[in-house]
Amino acid sequence: MEKFTEHTGTAVPLRRSNVDTDQIIPAVYLKRVTRTGFADGLFSAWREDPAFVLNDPRYAGASILVAGPEFGTGSSREHAVWALRDWGFRAVLAPRFGDIFRGNALKEGLLPVELELSAIEQLWDLATADPAAPVTVDLVHRQVRASGATWAFPLDDFSRWRLMEGLDDIGLTLRHEDAVAAYEARRLPFLPVVG
Amino acid sequence: MVGEPTQRTLSEKIWDAHVVRAASGEPDLLYIDLHLLHEVTSPQAFDGLRLAGRRVRRPDLTLATEDHNTPTDNLVTIADPVSRTQVETLRRNCAEFGVRLHSLGDANQGIVHVIGPQLGLTQPGMTIVCGDSHTSTHGAFGALAFGIGTSEVEHVLATQTLPQHRPKTMAVTVEGELRPGVTAKDLVLALIAKVGTGGGRGHIVEYRGPAIRKLSMEGRMTISNMSIEWGARAGLIAPDDTTFAYLEGRRYAPSGKAWEAALDYWRSLPTDEGATFDTEVVLDASTVSPFVTWGTNPGQGASLDDVVPDPSSFADEAQRAAAERALQYMALQPGTPMRDIPIDVVFLGSCTNGRLEDLRAAAEVLNGRRVADGVRMLVVPGSAAVREAAEAEGLDEVFIKAGAEWRYAGCSMCLGMNPDTLRPGQRSASTSNRNFEGRQGRGGRTHLVSPPVAAATAVAGRLAAPADLAR
Repeated sequence: MEKFTEHTGTAVPLRRSNVDTDQIIPAVYLKRVTRTGFADGLFSAWREDPAFVLNDPRYAGASILVAGPEFGTGSSREHAVWALRDWGFRAVLAPRFGDIFRGNALKEGLLPVELELSAIEQLWDLATADPAAPVTVDLVHRQVRASGATWAFPLDDFSRWRLMEGLDDIGLTLRHEDAVAAYEARRLPFLPVVG
Repeated sequence: MVGEPTQRTLSEKIWDAHVVRAASGEPDLLYIDLHLLHEVTSPQAFDGLRLAGRRVRRPDLTLATEDHNTPTDNLVTIADPVSRTQVETLRRNCAEFGVRLHSLGDANQGIVHVIGPQLGLTQPGMTIVCGDSHTSTHGAFGALAFGIGTSEVEHVLATQTLPQHRPKTMAVTVEGELRPGVTAKDLVLALIAKVGTGGGRGHIVEYRGPAIRKLSMEGRMTISNMSIEWGARAGLIAPDDTTFAYLEGRRYAPSGKAWEAALDYWRSLPTDEGATFDTEVVLDASTVSPFVTWGTNPGQGASLDDVVPDPSSFADEAQRAAAERALQYMALQPGTPMRDIPIDVVFLGSCTNGRLEDLRAAAEVLNGRRVADGVRMLVVPGSAAVREAAEAEGLDEVFIKAGAEWRYAGCSMCLGMNPDTLRPGQRSASTSNRNFEGRQGRGGRTHLVSPPVAAATAVAGRLAAPADLAR
């Protein structure tokens, strides 16, 4: 996983709530067996509308998505995270995320940043007025900074450490293989086995 | 106060029993008793194993099926080459890593969340995961079951564990009794409309109370299935005699002395008297009527007796904006009675409502009636075994006589990934779980309904309850 410490980029204001993962990437794009190449599916239905914000050339190259409440609800498809990463996003800022999307994002180095709606609205206004305005997402200090303002965001210490070190969970878990084997030895005898 | 509370909830008991390793400041490492796989969210996980030279740690706790991409009009040909490649990739991966697979055409093929319970693999007290958000379905058996992403699928394949932060607990207590003609689907849609799509976020939910206890396993699965639609991590129902009666004699259920030992354990699982939940919600089942959605998320619903709401009636600005967008997408006018909304396609099926009881409920309404002219109705059993059982009692003939299409098992029109899709502008009444924009096909408009409402709607050609139909 690519490490995340601090990232500065420009922001796209996505003024919508309940952006479910079917909107982020429709099912028809999930048929691929690779982990990359999903950018063409990102918001593909909405991008058919020329007025959709991602079609605005002023936001080309933006790397921070600023969205409304309940971002990433619905389907568990990690392809939603892959599509956002493939498009070039490093962080999504929203008041609330769907739990599975949030977990997937943390695994892939896409930082899900929870900010109050009032902060999101200020960032929407900033990115609307000046699409080139730099926004900094600082994981070390758990802060977002833009246009002289600073907002703190929550993230547990363990997730933050993993992201800053770029560690993948499987490697971490395999350090405890003895504990896994010990647990297996004491599992209940009547549990089903696929045979 | 120091120390573990002695009174624990159902989910806390299951959680505690599965902790492989706990360390301060780290997520708990949980053991996974059953890992279900399907073709869409697993190929990249198997690739990851291959790249790292890892094996599947417990193929004997892993089961795969083909459901999302599969056609429902035949058991042989997957016409779309990209879909075919994905299914063939699963077949190759399962063969290479020694995972049992129920392929298209197999007697046990079907939607992943229908086959687990049907085979008796889903049992109380287990931890169950799948790269699919509707894994919450298995919570109906008192199992801790939740959806995961592909990175986590790879993690479970490699280690049979998952690091998880302990969520908060929530009780949804459903008092009273459902009125005749009102189903588990109506109940859960009414709940989501009340608490919103983010209402359960960060929580493991336990559904309890007299109305839940009276539900069949099928009804309980419908409720647990839709836990994710209001943001809950998982949705459990305590195991009881209904659960045990469903399980006894199934292929993977314990038998003999093991059955007795299992029963003793399962009876120890329900939430202790005096245990507390972080959050509590109470609902009165007797106030619920047939419920349908009008918008583009499962929380945007109303009673069938109601009208399409006026967005300006929402106090919350985000909800108002969402309602405006939804009505525009759905091409609906505020104030329109729900019963006046005409429907082009009726879809009966999915992991929410594709079990035998759901097909029976719809067949009862359709028996001796006809699907309205110009309306297409698809009936898609949740599994090959459900199809077989339905045919054994003649349900297929009822559907075919009524003018509906009787299909093979699969996810079908729930998600717009296989040939069963809505065309742009078409409007459906669907027993599935998501009315998101384009969910059933680009430009399609979805109203979520119960199986009896789906059947009555097919006959009336507009949203309707069975009681609306003249005999």
